Amino acid sequence: MAGTAVSGRLAWRVARLAEARQETPSARTLVFDIPGWPGHLAGQHVDVRLTAADGYTAQRSYSLAAPADGDRVELTVQRVPDGEVSEHLTGRYAAGDPVEIRGPVGGWFVWRPADPAPVLLVAGGSGIVPLMAMIRARRAAGSKALFRLVYSLRTPAERYYAEELLRPVAGLDVTYVYTRELPEGQPGIPRRISVTTLNTAGWPADFGATSYVCGPTGFVETVADILLALGHDPHTIRTERFGPSRD
Amino acid sequence: MGVVTPGFTGRARSGDPRLPPGQYLAEDFPVLSTGPTPRVRTDNWEFTVVTERGEKRAWSWRELFALPSEKFTVDIHCVTQWSKLDTRWRGVPVETLIGDLDTSADYVMARSYGGYTTNLPLADLLDGQAWVAYEYNGKPLTPEHGGPARLLVPHLYLWKSAKWVRGLQLTTKDDPGFWETAGYHDYGDPWREQRYQGD
Repeated sequence: MAGTAVSGRLAWRVARLAEARQETPSARTLVFDIPGWPGHLAGQHVDVRLTAADGYTAQRSYSLAAPADGDRVELTVQRVPDGEVSEHLTGRYAAGDPVEIRGPVGGWFVWRPADPAPVLLVAGGSGIVPLMAMIRARRAAGSKALFRLVYSLRTPAERYYAEELLRPVAGLDVTYVYTRELPEGQPGIPRRISVTTLNTAGWPADFGATSYVCGPTGFVETVADILLALGHDPHTIRTERFGPSRD
Repeated sequence: MGVVTPGFTGRARSGDPRLPPGQYLAEDFPVLSTGPTPRVRTDNWEFTVVTERGEKRAWSWRELFALPSEKFTVDIHCVTQWSKLDTRWRGVPVETLIGDLDTSADYVMARSYGGYTTNLPLADLLDGQAWVAYEYNGKPLTPEHGGPARLLVPHLYLWKSAKWVRGLQLTTKDDPGFWETAGYHDYGDPWREQRYQGD
């Protein structure tokens, strides 16, 4: 509640926009300065609270897009049509404007740099955000853990972190799956992620890999089911779902 | 009042008195869980209630289905800020399952197929406040929403309504469950915005 003192790590802190980058036509990366930020793990999220002049507040959860870096915190926000919070953050929200942020939250869908196990990251659309934090944390820590990323999205124009992911990184394999439109000149037809995709671009079930799957509900259900069918232990598959589902 | 974000006005306020603070109305039914959706077959499904002294009751799927059930319409609230009003369910009141078990437990640990756990005060599961639900909108509960059966405790945040529930362990001590260990609030009252520890 506004004005209420909250002790410990989950106090609301004032964050100001330091930098913003347009990731895609509908997504914006926001870099905040948050004095006193306690740090976080890749994969965790934060709550963002906006307050209107009349005291009305709205808050939403967003995944952290980058590992801890002092008082800098990075989110990538996808504009949701008619999204009360996301429309402001991807639109009028400008450098120096304050919001309130608290966190980090979540201790399950996280990757720790000390973990040497191979990692499979499977992203559906904006589900790439917490997975990118893991890729960046791996690089920042100089980890040699083997990473594979399978990134499913509708069209090449919707790629987040496009340039950064195009630069080769030793120990990180990236596979794109386009469901609606392929990059110009790429042969084949758009397709959805399948058993073949994950059999080829993922890890064999007996490699002891940890899989992190993030995306819309239907996507995560499909991918988790495929991984189970390929023999992966359910306890090695961590999921984060968002958005609507069938009733 | 919190720090005002210039230019933010918010959506037209619904002012719906059934919406707890910080919640917005969802038309769809989002899914949240931490791993693959367990596919639990009803032919070897079992639901157990165990007291603090180890006294145990168990029901097969057929036996649960044979118990008197209730149809109920409730509002549900997820800690991720969505609420859904007037959701229609069918299930067995937890009170029926606790029955006349001899217990002095104050707490319950709900356990799920797939390993999920969540803790609740026993009092919050009695007096028509909680069900083991197996129908949603007149149809069998789908696996992604916790089918074949889930706990439903609509007056608390939805992470307390354990999906794929397989049993209740009555205890005299309040131990944190899965999300509670990860920093979520021990009780989780949406009207008091008890999202995380310290709220």
